[in-house]
Amino acid sequence: MFSTYDAPVYPYVQSAEQASGTPARHKVVVIGAGPVGLTAALDFAARGIPTVVLDDNNTVSVGSRAVCYAKRPLEIWDRLGVADRMIDKGVEWKLGKVFFGDRQVYQFDLLPEGGHKIPAFINLQQYYLEDYMVEAAAQNPLIDMRWKHKLISLRQEADHAVLTVETPDGVFVTSADWVIACDGANSDTRRMVGADFTGQFFQDRFLIADIVMKADFPTERWFWFDPPFHRNQSALLHKQSDNVWRLDFQLGWDTDPEVEKREENIIPRVKAMLPGVEFELEWASVYQFACRRIDQFRHGRVIFAGDAAHQVSPFGARGANTGVQDIDNLSWKLAAVLAGDADEALIDSYHEERAFAADDNILNSTRSTDFITPKNAASKRFRNAVLDLAEKASFARPLVNSGRLSTPTPYVSSSLNTPDAGIWQGKMAPGTLCSDAPVTVGGTPSWFLHQIGGGFTLLDFGTQATPVSVGGITAKVLRVGEDLEDAERLLAKRYDAQPGTVYLIRPDQHVAARWRSFNPVEAKAALARALAKG
Amino acid sequence: MTLILTPNIPDPDGFYQELTDAQRDLDETTANDMNARLVLILANHIGDRTVLTEALKLAAP
Repeated sequence: MFSTYDAPVYPYVQSAEQASGTPARHKVVVIGAGPVGLTAALDFAARGIPTVVLDDNNTVSVGSRAVCYAKRPLEIWDRLGVADRMIDKGVEWKLGKVFFGDRQVYQFDLLPEGGHKIPAFINLQQYYLEDYMVEAAAQNPLIDMRWKHKLISLRQEADHAVLTVETPDGVFVTSADWVIACDGANSDTRRMVGADFTGQFFQDRFLIADIVMKADFPTERWFWFDPPFHRNQSALLHKQSDNVWRLDFQLGWDTDPEVEKREENIIPRVKAMLPGVEFELEWASVYQFACRRIDQFRHGRVIFAGDAAHQVSPFGARGANTGVQDIDNLSWKLAAVLAGDADEALIDSYHEERAFAADDNILNSTRSTDFITPKNAASKRFRNAVLDLAEKASFARPLVNSGRLSTPTPYVSSSLNTPDAGIWQGKMAPGTLCSDAPVTVGGTPSWFLHQIGGGFTLLDFGTQATPVSVGGITAKVLRVGEDLEDAERLLAKRYDAQPGTVYLIRPDQHVAARWRSFNPVEAKAALARALAKG
Repeated sequence: MTLILTPNIPDPDGFYQELTDAQRDLDETTANDMNARLVLILANHIGDRTVLTEALKLAAP
């Protein structure tokens, strides 16, 4: 197993505070160095926050695990300088095929909209992603990665948390203003604060297996409903990097995960799926899943992100992708609060916005799950009717749900938004993620998203905007036609801009407010509102 | 638009015969499968979500 990748082993180093026995008081401690915890470290550091990361292990993800990364997390990683490697190493597929029984019912070509830097998504093994982020973290002086550090208890005080941590050298105590729990669906931290984590469990099991194919095979995603090689269940095939393919077999509830995980039981399943194809098995796992979320994303000084805060079914790749967006939402808020530029109400807006997004993700992944694994005979009859009709008529194809790929949830009702006045076309309503567009800066081709995201921005399609400040936070002016050129006119189109149009954009590249003409009083009020001072 | 609940089929007896004839020789499962397809085809033709919701409520046991 694992012929294509050698997992690194990261060194355990005893910390100065443990060696000296003098507890430090950290600004931020992140629990867990998975995709979400590592993103947290990089993003917090990018916003000037010194960050300690505790991980109870000393390597990357065992097995490919999360393999599909969507556009928005890749944009976030691009802001953090780590996306190019991921995209270079990852695989992009465009053609998907849907099979029902022994026949292909249709195929689709993903035709993503042009004029965006980042692709709609890539497939990449989770260990590469973590590997690249650990390397970037190691080069960042604000990040203190501590491997083989296990959080064993946590006590909350009014303005900090006290952490008891176990290492190979024994137990020590440390403290932090804020603790960010990114320790996954089985989060110990969540248990330590006594949070509720409720939702729906699905009585089903899935086998996932990574194989290396020895011959060329088309880079396509194949999804089977009720195939002849695996009756009454579903199966999925898609490609990762290094010619590794992810296979996914629905097993049903009455199966023994230990038996199914054995190589001698997996090999015949793969041979039946891919007759005549030579392959080697790399890794396999059996999982079951639940759709649930934590009651509150913030418990005192402990903030939850990623699977520790919400768990979804794997259909639609909404796990890691959503967790990374949690961090995007949290990091600028945490930086503002730590700098004294905003009150803790801004941290509470993290729960408001990301719990809303988590509920949207849970809704979407539950719908996919119910289509793939119908819960009664009537649902199954409709599911099969949709698949039958999809072969004959295009109207039925949008009803086929083998996973809806993760897209950012607009914070449409967020208390940080300033509601629109006037009439606007297009998608860029307050609370929405900013769309990318090609621009030129100083004559050089670039991307719009590269011009925003450091702090608050007033995007000015006119000439009147001036910087506005609330406390220590200033929204700087980015003027179209001066600071950047809208060479292909896509920026104006996507933002429904007219001469004089101004957008207030948050540090996480979401629209906070917009106007048809600039008014410094309104702009300042919108900035205050976006900082939860409204 | 609202769900039409007044007579709207010009040839009620002819339509009813066509509907039942279409399933006269079908066993229960095959007929139910056909009905599921028929619901989807007609639902798409209607398209209007409000009308579909009203129809679902009216048909509910």
